[in-house]
Amino acid sequence: MKVGSRLEAVLSSGHFAVTAELGPPKGADLEVIGRKIELLRNCADAVNITDNQTAVVRMCSAAVAHILVENGVEPVMQMTCRDRNRLAIQADLLGAYALGVRNLLCLTGDHQSFGNHPQSKNVYDLDSIQLIQVVRRMREEGVFMNGEPMEGGARFFIGAAANPFADPFEFRPLRLAKKVSAGADFIQTQLVYNVPKFREYMHRVCDLGLHEKVYILAGVGPIKSVGAARYMATSVPGMDVPEEIVERMRKAPKEKRTDEGINICVEVIQQVREIPGVAGVHIMAIEWEEAVAEICERAGLLPRPSPQLPEGAAK
Amino acid sequence: MIRAQQKPLVEIESLIGQAKNVLVLGCGTCTAVCLAGGEKEARTLAAALRVSAQIKGVQREVRHSLVQRQCEPEFVREVEEEALWADVIVSLACGIGCQVMNERYPERLTVPGVNTCFLGAPIEHGVFDERCQACGDCILHLTGGICPIARCAKSMLNGPCGGSQHGKCEVNPSNPCAWQLIYERLLSLNKLELISAILPAKDWRSARDGGQRRIVREDVRL
Repeated sequence: MKVGSRLEAVLSSGHFAVTAELGPPKGADLEVIGRKIELLRNCADAVNITDNQTAVVRMCSAAVAHILVENGVEPVMQMTCRDRNRLAIQADLLGAYALGVRNLLCLTGDHQSFGNHPQSKNVYDLDSIQLIQVVRRMREEGVFMNGEPMEGGARFFIGAAANPFADPFEFRPLRLAKKVSAGADFIQTQLVYNVPKFREYMHRVCDLGLHEKVYILAGVGPIKSVGAARYMATSVPGMDVPEEIVERMRKAPKEKRTDEGINICVEVIQQVREIPGVAGVHIMAIEWEEAVAEICERAGLLPRPSPQLPEGAAK
Repeated sequence: MIRAQQKPLVEIESLIGQAKNVLVLGCGTCTAVCLAGGEKEARTLAAALRVSAQIKGVQREVRHSLVQRQCEPEFVREVEEEALWADVIVSLACGIGCQVMNERYPERLTVPGVNTCFLGAPIEHGVFDERCQACGDCILHLTGGICPIARCAKSMLNGPCGGSQHGKCEVNPSNPCAWQLIYERLLSLNKLELISAILPAKDWRSARDGGQRRIVREDVRL
């Protein structure tokens, strides 16, 4: 194994992996984090900690990731290129590693115009693919981006995102190949609701042989309401929610709508699990962490395996 | 060319303050071409300032004039008499022209009458689009002649990001996604290999991040 994180151990031993997501609080309240940790514990092999997601200020991902480590839940720290130049990125990586973080998701990051400080200056010194290269060189060569040796390496299990539903569709698998060649070990995709289109994407990915070089986790998530379904279907660029999903939510009796959202999520998990090249699921239940345990239970994803971790691996 | 937009009249008046003699100085090059600060715009603005002063009962004389290239000291020398007559000069040139006037006539304050916006091209009559950020290290040969630094909201070198949909940029859907354009152009040229390789992180020293830039041409120095 490259790093010896629990996530890497689960994936490399051939188990169908489960990751979940925890959004840090819009404040310094530790209780919120503790509550969410307990909702996700035992459901997921690792839990993503978002980094100022949708460009809205929240507690920093490294601090929250560290709190997870302390509580015995393995984090996947997300890092975007929007708010940091190459100095800050590398500094934060060293700090996160020293605090026990072992999995990293490398993102370009949502543009600040969508967030709560649209007046801000953006950075984008690097893009996600260049960030992956930086993290891989840290691990494989023990050097900073400028080639200078590090005093004590930072060895991360390197994740990247992929959106099979953004345009141009034909270029998406080739762009995934760029992420793999940059050094990505695992991929977490955008939320999948259009399973046939995702199947076609995965077919192309497998034709390129990428599924043998990288673990691909399909992004899934429960929809809470008709409004949320419609909003995602019409107003979120790069999201593909078919009309039939919106209809299913609409037709469900009002008091059963959240159940229907969970039903759809469970069905999508069962369908993507059958698609060649899919190594796991990434469950994004944004501000609805309560739903994750039920989804995992009903999709037959529990209990989570306890893979043998190498000697000296992180907690 | 440099593209600019005239400031609102109310803002320009506030910049003039209590000045009695005002010179509106157009520029015959970039801001003339983008219809923000040529002879016609200088004349119109001067007339508007005169009418406004009259309505408000302010004692003020407003003249207008034009310099062919306000960004060059040689050219702004031509308006010395009018410049020294004025208490305040309203420059309708880009930010370069306004600064050259302040440098050439330090005893007079020249204020900006336009907002200098970007380096761009007209895409239809009256519509101008940004094309270049003058980063100092051109890579258009790698990206099908389409600049991702100026035209991608994230200046990505390995795009498109997940927000590209129906050929549009999620940050402003009236703009095309630069990386969709790059992909299509390279596909049509049969040169997709140019973006199949990872474009490395950029050296921003040649851009404004390296501090104020200067070009020295030893071969033509006097």
